[in-house]
Amino acid sequence: MNVVFLGATRGMGRSLSRLMAERGDTLYLLGRTPDQLEASAADLRVRSGSDANVGFGHCDLEDPSGFAGALDDAFAALGRVDAIVVTAGLFDVQEALEADLEWARKVVTVNLPNTIVFCEEARTRLMAQGGGTLCVFSSVAGDRGRKPVGIYGASKAGLTHYLDSLDFRYRAEGLKTVLVKPGFVKTGMTANLKPPPFAGEPDQVARIVLKAIDRGTPCVYAPGIWRWIMLTIQHLPRFMMRRAGF
Amino acid sequence: MRIFARRGWSLLVPDGGPWYTAPTHRFDPAGAGARCPGLPCTGRRIRIDERVPMNAPVPANDPHALRPVADIDGDSLAGWGRIGVPGREVLGERLDRITEGATLSRGLGRSYGDSSLPAPGRSEVVGTTLADRILGFDTDTGLLRAEAGLSLVEMNRIFLRRGWFTPVTPGTQYVTLGGMVASDVHGKNHHVAGCVGEHIAELKIRVADGRVITCSPEVETDLFDATIGGMGLTGHILEVALRMDAIPSPWIHQTSYRVPNIDAYMDALKASAEEFPMTVGWIDCISGGRNLGRGILNCGRWATPGEAPSRPPPVKGRITMPSFFPGWMLNALTMRAFNELYYWKHLPKKKVGIVHPDTFFYPLDAILQWNRMYGRRGFTQYQCVLPNSAGRGAARRFLELLTREGGASFLCVIKDCGPEGRGVLSFPRDGISIALDIPVRRNTQQLVDTLNAFVIDEGGRIYLTKDTFTRAEDFAKMDPRIERFQAIRKAWDPDLRIRSAQSVRMFGDPPLDETTA
Repeated sequence: MNVVFLGATRGMGRSLSRLMAERGDTLYLLGRTPDQLEASAADLRVRSGSDANVGFGHCDLEDPSGFAGALDDAFAALGRVDAIVVTAGLFDVQEALEADLEWARKVVTVNLPNTIVFCEEARTRLMAQGGGTLCVFSSVAGDRGRKPVGIYGASKAGLTHYLDSLDFRYRAEGLKTVLVKPGFVKTGMTANLKPPPFAGEPDQVARIVLKAIDRGTPCVYAPGIWRWIMLTIQHLPRFMMRRAGF
Repeated sequence: MRIFARRGWSLLVPDGGPWYTAPTHRFDPAGAGARCPGLPCTGRRIRIDERVPMNAPVPANDPHALRPVADIDGDSLAGWGRIGVPGREVLGERLDRITEGATLSRGLGRSYGDSSLPAPGRSEVVGTTLADRILGFDTDTGLLRAEAGLSLVEMNRIFLRRGWFTPVTPGTQYVTLGGMVASDVHGKNHHVAGCVGEHIAELKIRVADGRVITCSPEVETDLFDATIGGMGLTGHILEVALRMDAIPSPWIHQTSYRVPNIDAYMDALKASAEEFPMTVGWIDCISGGRNLGRGILNCGRWATPGEAPSRPPPVKGRITMPSFFPGWMLNALTMRAFNELYYWKHLPKKKVGIVHPDTFFYPLDAILQWNRMYGRRGFTQYQCVLPNSAGRGAARRFLELLTREGGASFLCVIKDCGPEGRGVLSFPRDGISIALDIPVRRNTQQLVDTLNAFVIDEGGRIYLTKDTFTRAEDFAKMDPRIERFQAIRKAWDPDLRIRSAQSVRMFGDPPLDETTA
């Protein structure tokens, strides 16, 4: 499988790209910092155990003007692309976002409008070659507005919405979207937070997501228990959500 | 006993109060004691004469006191012995960023004592485990370059089936590369391969003033040598280049012997060291008399492709020790029963066969979180090396002293070591290394003091990675190399900004307050 990866240098993206490299997929990494991309590409190359080159190119989610060029380079390097995976995104806790509105605007811009633009560029290219898989990491934070993830959750809710509609609109034409909703996962992104019950490990999430990509599952929670946790939270009455800490 | 204690009956020992005070760090057992006042919570009966006289009282609210993690509310950091301090890890994939301004980093936390714990006055330690990328591997020379947080379990998973193995492995694979360097780990092949430090080609270190220094046996040699076995006190290890060994197959050809007593054991150990590249042995240190030091000696070498099964070693299943495992399960009776069973499980005098590398190198890794076995009060490991100059009887004298002191140990491992390595504070030296797990009890400080006095007399030394209880003055007596180490450290870090709980306890570093940091 030929995969273009945005966000493979860290967290769940790092785990997922390693699983793919180890089973022999050909990867092309997109990201912001050249030395980080180079280090991750070297890591994946050694893990894959083959001499297959792991290519990489510059792409910054803060700068939509570079998306088309980056994707063109990736398509040129891989030939046919079977899947495009987007794990990149920004996160901070609600208090920090409320305290710095410019930062909040940036988080929301990267997570929602810019990611949508990237997905549109990816979608048109995948569909032009006859189809493919678009796997995007949203979050359980987008399932319902909650106290600790108001602003971040709003950006992810929009993304969830958008990916659902892509699935309804284009699946018949060969575009398979895989919407991933990770629960709390212990990565560098959440290192400053106290893990709640049912917190997942990046490797565990990666295995679930890889299976979903292979099967073309439209929406997957990882770890799976979060489907039921969020179902419960979605149905809690308002007076309870006002009192609850989560 | 607990039931009686709750009813206010004190059957064995009146409340002895605080039982151990170290110069700067105090170990406060009151957490356990407070629940059943006047009684040791777990384990065997404590004789009156074993009680430690009351020293200066421990302030109940001393936030820096080392104590069992079970007694710490909120976030805590602990060594493998489950004794720790309040604190948290700063985690991140970008080690170069998170080590800026940090005072200590730690890997998987497998050092037993306080080596990886923040110095008093600090609560944060950089955790390296997310920085685990392999930056390059040369399939011709076996040179592996990786970030410091790469774990040995991951290295083995990737490289074992490709015919490469770390030249030196400790007894657990849940360690990071950075941790292996900082402890200058040794393995079953120490008599032929030395410590891991002998196989390090290059290190990238963030030193105290923020610079990133690349050092090797040729460049910045002092910093390199002090970092090998330097307990992470010279700087934050960011990247490691390690020369891996090519192996003929991923399986082990093992020969094991059941040996009736310590003298026969020492002879067998010496003889097999000539024949095998890897030797290690378990001994029963509960039985005394003519059975003193009986045990099982394991010797091995990599199997040749002809001997080994054609399939790669399968991934072994693991079980996890439950968190509620009660400490009283491990008592004199069960320890004796275990030792008896383990000894007689090896019924033939000699066994030969092909074994899984995990079984040979990492028998204890089969049970995840096995440190919970020692209950809420935690445990420590005492590991010392007795030099060859102490003579052949040194190990026997050590065991006799141990059984006399009643230091029953569930697990006791003996192996012989080759010459001292290049690390300034590296533990092994030519002689016999003895390691024992000791559940923490009221008399543990006294027991360690007694053993240390013996080790000083014999000219040996202890392993910092395992230590929780050794006093600074005892350590200075057994390891005069500390002066050179401190001199190199100060050359790179005049204010000793990089510090650990252990360096404050043992090397005389002043406690760190937030203003100087």
